[in-house]
Amino acid sequence: MVAPSTPAEPRPFLVIRPPRKWAPFNLRELWQFRDLLVRFARRDLTLRYRQTALGVIWVVLQPLLAAGALAFVFGSVAGLSSNGVPYFAFAFAGMLAWNAFSGVLTRMSGSLVGNAQLVSKTFFPRLVLPLSSLGSVLVDFGVSMVMMVVIWPLAGVAPGMSLLTLPIWLVAVLLLSSGFGLLAAALMVPYRDVQYVMPVATQLLLFVSPVGYALSHVPHSARFIYELNPLTGLLEGFRWSLLDIGHLGPFTTIWAFACSAAIFAVGAFAFAHMERRFADVI
Amino acid sequence: MSSSDLAISVRGLSKSYTIRHQEENHITLAEQLLHRARHPLARQERETFWALSNVNFDVRKGEVLGVIGRNGAGKSTLLKLLSRITPPTKGEVRLYGRVGSLLEVGTGFHPELTGRENVYLNGAILGMRMKEIDGRFDEIVAFAGVERFLDTPVKRFSSGMYVRLAFAVAAHLGTEILLVDEVLAVGDNDFQRKCLGKMEDVAAAGRTVLFVSHQLSSIRQICGTALELDKGMIRSEGDVNVVIDDYLSTVATDSVAERSFPSDGRPGTGDLRLRHARLDETKYRTDQEKRATFRIERRAPAAARFYIVVILRSRDGTVVSYCDSRLTDPGWYDPADELEIEVVVSHPWLTAGQYSVDLTLNSYALLDLVEGALGFEVTDDSPYPNPETPEVQVFARVLPNFAVTSRVRSTNAPAR
Repeated sequence: MVAPSTPAEPRPFLVIRPPRKWAPFNLRELWQFRDLLVRFARRDLTLRYRQTALGVIWVVLQPLLAAGALAFVFGSVAGLSSNGVPYFAFAFAGMLAWNAFSGVLTRMSGSLVGNAQLVSKTFFPRLVLPLSSLGSVLVDFGVSMVMMVVIWPLAGVAPGMSLLTLPIWLVAVLLLSSGFGLLAAALMVPYRDVQYVMPVATQLLLFVSPVGYALSHVPHSARFIYELNPLTGLLEGFRWSLLDIGHLGPFTTIWAFACSAAIFAVGAFAFAHMERRFADVI
Repeated sequence: MSSSDLAISVRGLSKSYTIRHQEENHITLAEQLLHRARHPLARQERETFWALSNVNFDVRKGEVLGVIGRNGAGKSTLLKLLSRITPPTKGEVRLYGRVGSLLEVGTGFHPELTGRENVYLNGAILGMRMKEIDGRFDEIVAFAGVERFLDTPVKRFSSGMYVRLAFAVAAHLGTEILLVDEVLAVGDNDFQRKCLGKMEDVAAAGRTVLFVSHQLSSIRQICGTALELDKGMIRSEGDVNVVIDDYLSTVATDSVAERSFPSDGRPGTGDLRLRHARLDETKYRTDQEKRATFRIERRAPAAARFYIVVILRSRDGTVVSYCDSRLTDPGWYDPADELEIEVVVSHPWLTAGQYSVDLTLNSYALLDLVEGALGFEVTDDSPYPNPETPEVQVFARVLPNFAVTSRVRSTNAPAR
């Protein structure tokens, strides 16, 4: 008994239909669930250091240890130069960008599979899960920035006007890592292989990107291929912004921005396309 | 029915799943590629399974609709479609109001977070704004009765407290439509009654409830209308008593003394799965001991210690007895690749009729749930020395093993 559609018929609050092939994100719905985004981010932060002995100290310790290790390997053992700033400050600036990148990538890629129960038993815009992982990465970034402020005078470095461009570089790094992160998160649902590929790929990327060493040490013959890696331009930009060192090649920089935007778009569309199958497959 | 009374309108709703055959179920990409390389000519053997096909119905505002049917009839799929967890393959659903759903207890709960944190998290998952939760927080906590444990991580909660809190959050959502799957089975009787009452209140306030349950007595109690699903299609709908009677006519003959089960397609995490169940008889005398053997397979290497609950239901779905292994020794069991568990029930004596056996495996979450795993009949021979009076079968659900003695007390007993 289909009710005849008369003008007086009330508009349904919601109509559920089979999805179209390429449906765009429902941003209005995402906005309605903004509180959930905050809740998930808070949950991640709360849980991260519950039942750890040192707790929040790890947020401070992690980048310091990592930068120290890089400074030791590349500065002391390999004896590379660091554009005139103490190697530790040089490595720390690189680590700042790298941690934002790899943090987003790791957390986002596991965000769906790690919450499989939620995905298969409750409804909310799936994008909320990966997006919420940005929260704890940004908090980490904030803490590291405070440490950077302490490191500046200790290392005898004064940042210049270029520091004002930092948000632009940060956004680019987040776009790039989110693009890969969304793609990996969506692919991990049907293919758990991604889980095993991620750490290996991230580690590889750490060494083929100028995190622990300067771009100027890369042989000229390999430069072109090396600079195809969008992280190269972004890391150089980060260091230029934080320490006022190095030169920004126009091609490298534009390429890095273009890549970040394109990869984000690809990741977001792939996620939107695969989203509807998550509950059935996970 | 005037269209302005409508809460839910479902037209031609269908959902299909593609099942690959067991040997082709390669979870990793490498396995898939390897299989393709080895069998380049083999056709992908796929089968389309229609979990729901061409379902049409309307629900009015303020109606409490019961959804019944056997395992795999499509009840859970229907709720998943209505709550948008998974999209339909065909058809359309019109919802005239916000939907809140409670499909599995505590899915939104994180064991490490406190009760308070979980209320907010769970509320947000169900689509509530922070302010709405603030306004209802006290009500939720009072309903669940967990005031004293608000700042305790919920991993220290008993399973009863867990259910209570989860139900309380969903029931106090304030959405116009509330979907409730078989979740109350976990709570104690008192709480079940409270939940049923709450659902009636929700409906009395003009909101709409869809309630899936195997407990036909609960359905009869709170639902005015019901819908019976069978193999993904509507078998009957309308007045609750008519639908339930129709449903009972299909299950009455089920005596299953031995059965094997697939490991997929059931609720729970699936860390452990029931693979085989057996009863020592299909027919029992009233006072006869009943022995059930369950073979449980470990599916996740990290499966935790678990307990088992065996529920006996009479033909109308009423729970006759609830055997929770935690009441016995040792109560908790370590999973093994294959573990056999035997449950022996000797009392109480059951009245004549058809009974079914449900089983759940639980650790801190539900691992497996099998409804109607086995079925048996109790014959109408009397365990008593004299023939039963007809009233016994009418009034009694179980038969007591009792004795009556008499002694004459005389007030003017002779003095010694």
